[in-house]
Amino acid sequence: MSTTGTNWFKYSSPQAFHPLAGRLIPWFAAAALGLSGIGLYMGFFVAPTDATQGDAYRIIFVHVPAAWMSMFLYVIMAVWAGIGLGLNARPSFMMAQAIAPTGALFTFLALLTGSMWGKPTWGAWWVWDARLTSELILLFQYIGIILLRSSIDDLRRADRASAVLALVGVINVPIIYFSVRWWNTLHQGASVSITAAPSMAGTMVTAMLIMTLAFWMYSFAVTLARMRCVIVERERQPSWGKPAAIPDVAEAR
Amino acid sequence: MQWGSLAEFVAMGGYGLYVWISFGATALCMGGEVFVVWRRSAAAASRNEL
Amino acid sequence: MSQPSLSEALRGVVRRDLLLAMRRRSDVAMSVFFVVIVASLFPLGVGPEQAVLRMIASGVLWVTALLACLLSLGRLFTADYLDGVLEQTLLIPQPLAVLVVGKMFSHWVISGLPVVLLSPLLGLQFGLSGESLWVLTLSLLLGTPTLSMIGAIGAALTLGLRGSGLLVALLVLPLFIPVLIFGAGAVTSSLAGIGSEANLSLLGACFMLSLAFAPWATAVALRIALE
Repeated sequence: MSTTGTNWFKYSSPQAFHPLAGRLIPWFAAAALGLSGIGLYMGFFVAPTDATQGDAYRIIFVHVPAAWMSMFLYVIMAVWAGIGLGLNARPSFMMAQAIAPTGALFTFLALLTGSMWGKPTWGAWWVWDARLTSELILLFQYIGIILLRSSIDDLRRADRASAVLALVGVINVPIIYFSVRWWNTLHQGASVSITAAPSMAGTMVTAMLIMTLAFWMYSFAVTLARMRCVIVERERQPSWGKPAAIPDVAEAR
Repeated sequence: MQWGSLAEFVAMGGYGLYVWISFGATALCMGGEVFVVWRRSAAAASRNEL
Repeated sequence: MSQPSLSEALRGVVRRDLLLAMRRRSDVAMSVFFVVIVASLFPLGVGPEQAVLRMIASGVLWVTALLACLLSLGRLFTADYLDGVLEQTLLIPQPLAVLVVGKMFSHWVISGLPVVLLSPLLGLQFGLSGESLWVLTLSLLLGTPTLSMIGAIGAALTLGLRGSGLLVALLVLPLFIPVLIFGAGAVTSSLAGIGSEANLSLLGACFMLSLAFAPWATAVALRIALE
């Protein structure tokens, strides 16, 4: 154990992670609220009306962040699932468990807001094109992972089975992402890429990216909060209530 | 400010229904999720006190 | 007694499953009759008009094949699990993934292959002819093994759980969807005159991908279920 600087590994113990998460959550929540405020202000009062789509396009300020988060969160959940299986680490499984509901929520929102955007612009509430279909499949995958976990009573088996399912399904995420490039779909192609200049007006892109960051911060906050619940539910131990005067508990914290 | 009045802002160039359902549903869902997690945390904590 | 080689173990697994299926021929018969009956429901429900039937043929026949696979997944591991053979299989000093391929293969022979062999007849019933009939058979030939492989993952994950029939469907159907899209799409594009090569190649890709990953994932899932 080094005496200089923090030993980060101690936070891999649920008992130590719990208070750390508790301290971080308010910061993430504040960041989420602050960034949403800025993003929404920019989206509604700075970004101009679109020439072709009118003001309906403003839905992208929630639709795109939600869609991106639905994919990011799945990948991150799969990474934690993989780490859990590889290292046989319980906290990794708990992290994956905490992420799933939020990911499912964003997938649902992406589909709902996408439908709201599709009706005025394409004239249809829903089309069975590649991107929408694969995003719908993603929602089913999230739900399947959550249902599988809740169907298995043995905690260890539940952890590992839902981890395998998460990993198996990860192949869908690149399909969603590349679907607009691989197939002739109704859904618009990528307007924002890392290499090329964006094809949207500057303020629109900025507002969209700020909202994405806001959703990121929100996800951190909610996932950490849920993780704390999971820890308390699983690790029910008398020492949780014990005061910090007891040296073991103090050290763990 | 690009909106002439509150009425224009709400109408969103005729697309008001779609825009506000989207933002409303998003706010509702995220707020709802926060509430559910908060309730779960309270339940877990109270069960733990026993 | 010397150690059985890998191919011997594999052949042993396949031979045992096929032998058991032969002794209880009802399993094979059930798949066949299910497909026939369900496929017949659609003309009865939709009406006998040839043009309509031809339009829905690819989708209907593919969904029927998919459901037949789904319903037979319960049989894949459960019987062995209940009588302890599965635990013994896990102890065989051969890579479990390879033995799993054996189980997948015999599952396909019992529930998938009959569908493939029946498909030309069913296709005729729906007014398909010529090239589209051939494409239908080919797509099912590529697709049904893929479905068996993907389905095995779900069967292994839900082994021994109550209500596992429904749960398996929920877990596995999202993964089946791409196979369904490409398989039915091959027939539809053939009917439209566009040519089915694109869809068939994608179907082939799904098959290859499943063959590469599904046995291994299923083996991992089996170990998780049985420890």
